Amino acid sequence: MTSSTFSFFKAASRWSKNHKFFLTSFGVLAGGGSSIIYALEQSIHASNDAAHVAKQKWNHNGWFDTLDHASVRRGWEVYKNVCAACHSVEYLAYRELVGVCLTENEAKAEAAEQMIEDGPDETGAMFKRPGKLSDLIPKPYPNEEAARYANNGAYPPDLTYITQARIDGENYIFSLLTGYMDPPAGVVLAENQHFNPYFPGGAIGMAQALYDEIIEYEDGTPATQSQCAKDVVTFLKWCAEPEHDTRKLFAMKAFTILGVLNLVVWYLHRHYWSVMKTRKIFQSPKSLFKK
Amino acid sequence: MSIVNVLYKTVLKRPSRFFVVVAVTSLFFERTVDIGIESLYDRINRGKQWKDISSKYE
Repeated sequence: MTSSTFSFFKAASRWSKNHKFFLTSFGVLAGGGSSIIYALEQSIHASNDAAHVAKQKWNHNGWFDTLDHASVRRGWEVYKNVCAACHSVEYLAYRELVGVCLTENEAKAEAAEQMIEDGPDETGAMFKRPGKLSDLIPKPYPNEEAARYANNGAYPPDLTYITQARIDGENYIFSLLTGYMDPPAGVVLAENQHFNPYFPGGAIGMAQALYDEIIEYEDGTPATQSQCAKDVVTFLKWCAEPEHDTRKLFAMKAFTILGVLNLVVWYLHRHYWSVMKTRKIFQSPKSLFKK
Repeated sequence: MSIVNVLYKTVLKRPSRFFVVVAVTSLFFERTVDIGIESLYDRINRGKQWKDISSKYE
C-alpha cells in the first residue's frame, strides 16, 4: 500500500499535526465527558433505595393529547380540600384557573371566600379583604419556618412545579400518594414518620392523605384513592405546565409546515445535485500499464 | 407546455408577480393550516378540553 492508495482518510493526511492533535483531544474530551455524565446519572439511580415507580398510562401522554380538563377540575377539588391543608401552590393565581377548570364566576366566588391581606391603607395599616381573581392562591403557612414548626420539622414543598421538580414527575407523585404501607420488619421510624417505599429513605413526614371516599366529587365520579391521586396529579401537571395544550397544538402545526418545507428542500436538493448525479466520468489509467 | 413552464411564465418570471403570489398564497396557506390543524386537534381530543365540558358549569 502506497500513500497514493485510495483512502477514506485522505483529507486527514493533509492536516497539520496541531490540527490532528486538536481534533483528537476534542473528540476524546467530548466522548469522555459524555460518558462521565451518563455514568454519574446512572449511579444516582443505582444508589437510590426508593422503589421504582410504575409508568402509568396518562391520557395526556401522547404527542398531540391534551390534558383531560374534567380531571384537572376534579384535581383542583382534591388539592383544595386535601393538599391545601399543608401544601401551597404559591405561584398560581385564581385568574389562571379560568378557562382551564373553572368558569369565571366560579373562580371569582372561590377567590372571594378567601380573606387576602392587602394594604397599606391611608393609616398605614394592612387590612383583610375578600380575594379577587388577580390574587395568588393563599398559602397554608406564612413562611417555611411556620410550616416546619407545624409539621414536626418536615417542610411540605410548594406544589406549583412539583411534577417538573421530581424524577419521573407524575408517575412518582401518583406512586407516592398511593404507596403508603406498614413498615417492613426491621425498619424503625421516628415519631410522626410514615413508611413509603417510593420516598428516598422510606421514612416520610407526610401521612397518607388520600383514602377512598375522602372527598365527594361534584360530577359524581367515584372518589377512590387512585382516582383522587390521578386527578390531583393531572391538576399538578397542568399547574407545572400551563402551556401544555397550546404547546402540543403548536407542535402539530410546526410538524405540518416543516413537512411542506421538507418537500421544497427535497426538490432543491434533487435540482442542485442533478448535474453531479447524471454526469459520467471516464477514466483511462494509462500510466499504470505503460511499459 | 409542462406545469413547470406555465408556473415559470405566469408567476416566477416577474419578481413583481412573484412577490404578490407569495403574499397571497401565504395568507391562505396559513389560514388553511391553522383551521385544518385546529379541527384535527379538537377531533383527537374530543371531550377532553375545557371548551368541551364548560357548558356543564355555566
